[in-house]
Amino acid sequence: MSDLLINLFGWLPANLFLLVETLLKIALLLVPLLITVAWYTYAERKVIGYMQVRIGPNRVGPKGWLQPIADAVKLMFKELIVPARANRFLFLIAPVISLTCALAAWAVVPFSDFLVISDINAGLLYILAMTSLGVYGVIIAGWASNSKYALLGAMRCAAQIVAYEIAMGFALVVVLMAAGSLNLREIVAAQEGGIVNWFWLPLLPMFLVYMISGIAETNRAPFDVAEGESEIVAGFHVEYSGMAFSVFFLAEYANMILISALTVLMFLGGWLSPFPLAAGLPLIGGLFEPGVHWFIFKTVFFMFLFLWLRATFPRYRYDQIMRLGWKVFIPLTVVWIAVTGIAIMIGLPPWFD
Amino acid sequence: MFISFVFYTLAAVLVASAIMVISARNPVHCALFLVMAFFSSAGIWLLLEAEFLAIVLVLVYVGAVMVLFLFVVMMLDINLAPLREGFARYLPIGALVAAVVVIEIVLVIGASDIDLPAVGDIVYRDADYSNTKELGTLLYTVHLYAFELAAAILLVAIVAAIALTMRRRSGTKSQDPSRQVAVKREDRIRIVSMPSSSDPEHESSERRR
Repeated sequence: MSDLLINLFGWLPANLFLLVETLLKIALLLVPLLITVAWYTYAERKVIGYMQVRIGPNRVGPKGWLQPIADAVKLMFKELIVPARANRFLFLIAPVISLTCALAAWAVVPFSDFLVISDINAGLLYILAMTSLGVYGVIIAGWASNSKYALLGAMRCAAQIVAYEIAMGFALVVVLMAAGSLNLREIVAAQEGGIVNWFWLPLLPMFLVYMISGIAETNRAPFDVAEGESEIVAGFHVEYSGMAFSVFFLAEYANMILISALTVLMFLGGWLSPFPLAAGLPLIGGLFEPGVHWFIFKTVFFMFLFLWLRATFPRYRYDQIMRLGWKVFIPLTVVWIAVTGIAIMIGLPPWFD
Repeated sequence: MFISFVFYTLAAVLVASAIMVISARNPVHCALFLVMAFFSSAGIWLLLEAEFLAIVLVLVYVGAVMVLFLFVVMMLDINLAPLREGFARYLPIGALVAAVVVIEIVLVIGASDIDLPAVGDIVYRDADYSNTKELGTLLYTVHLYAFELAAAILLVAIVAAIALTMRRRSGTKSQDPSRQVAVKREDRIRIVSMPSSSDPEHESSERRR
């Protein structure tokens, strides 16, 4: 791949070549990601449909396969209505902020040992910073809409995200302690070995805290009080229509995939194979080599988990969400920082020796 | 060359948005301009290869502090006209404070023991040099006491803030989840054994009552 690039663009000056290479990498990441997002919405409707003993979308194309395209075309041709006395600039830029933050975090996500756009030292911090910025899209949308329901949704969302970000940050501190690095590739490398060597086992409470905080951060059911269609119609995006609305939608799904990928990288060994010893088997041995397929397989499982949880749990009440974040998760993470510190000091095998 | 270009762009954006923070009419716009100023200064720190500080600036100030700021500013229904009343009356005292601050800054920067040119050029490190690790090592060894002191002061501030704002009102109907979880079957239902009677007279007298 890089040979081909050098053949094609080798004549460019070095700086320009770097620019072209980076742009191509970004395109190679974003196009499959956005396609995944489109069909993730289809998967969501199908999965939840079957869980509720319905069929789900089945009219457009064979078994409804073309539904996402129909949705996209419909949303593109809908009129974009800006409410009276709304702040026009902020109203239109809010969905863009949402999507940008959701996509920017993907820059440091490694798909395998070498498949990564930017392999930076402080990758984990960068991820945390980018995911915490997504809230701006929601707050600005809520305020700029000049609508009380939108503002209420934005307020709920801001309080919720700030609360769960602390638990999330502490969970990541524990991962950082266990791996001894902020670089995502090195975090995976620190989990080298089979399924028992991965961090999910020694950091089990953090694994759950991170996963649940991730669901709360992405405003998904059962923590979707920012939308709360039964109380505040649709929350922060009640005034949005057409493409502006669908950009919020894209951002939410891109964030869900991101949280799934990060959970896999930090707790489930990323692209590592669960049974590395099986790689010696004839015929199927190749499947058990570490590789991108494991990363994708694990990520898809967590993406499914998001849908499963949505179909299963009723919405949390707001004060209970706050209690879970502040009074359960944060103390738990603080305790586990101490526990992990002790485990590292005594060199607990097989993780910290 | 390219680095200077990026620096001057970021610096210009930083100064412009900092001016907008104090001159924009709408408080929400002011807060958003402050976010932009933070971003630009984070970019300048990245140019200095201080990636930890840069990202933490975005993470803490933009991701948490400014969100809460916006939260408060958006809830206030600010009528701007009364705020601008008495601008001329307070101008002298405002100018005095500004002058004091400017003089202080000049004194600090112009002091002989802060020799800015002697700091020299930035030392560019290899890719595997971790700014985060170096900062951590320095913070937890050389400057340990200062660090712990700062931590203790912050803890006191947290306790004080909570103590000042927490009030226990009587008569609120809030739930206690630990009690809800700990509830037992015996607390909620009582099984009463009643004699089943087929005596019609007894039954009708019960009904009449």
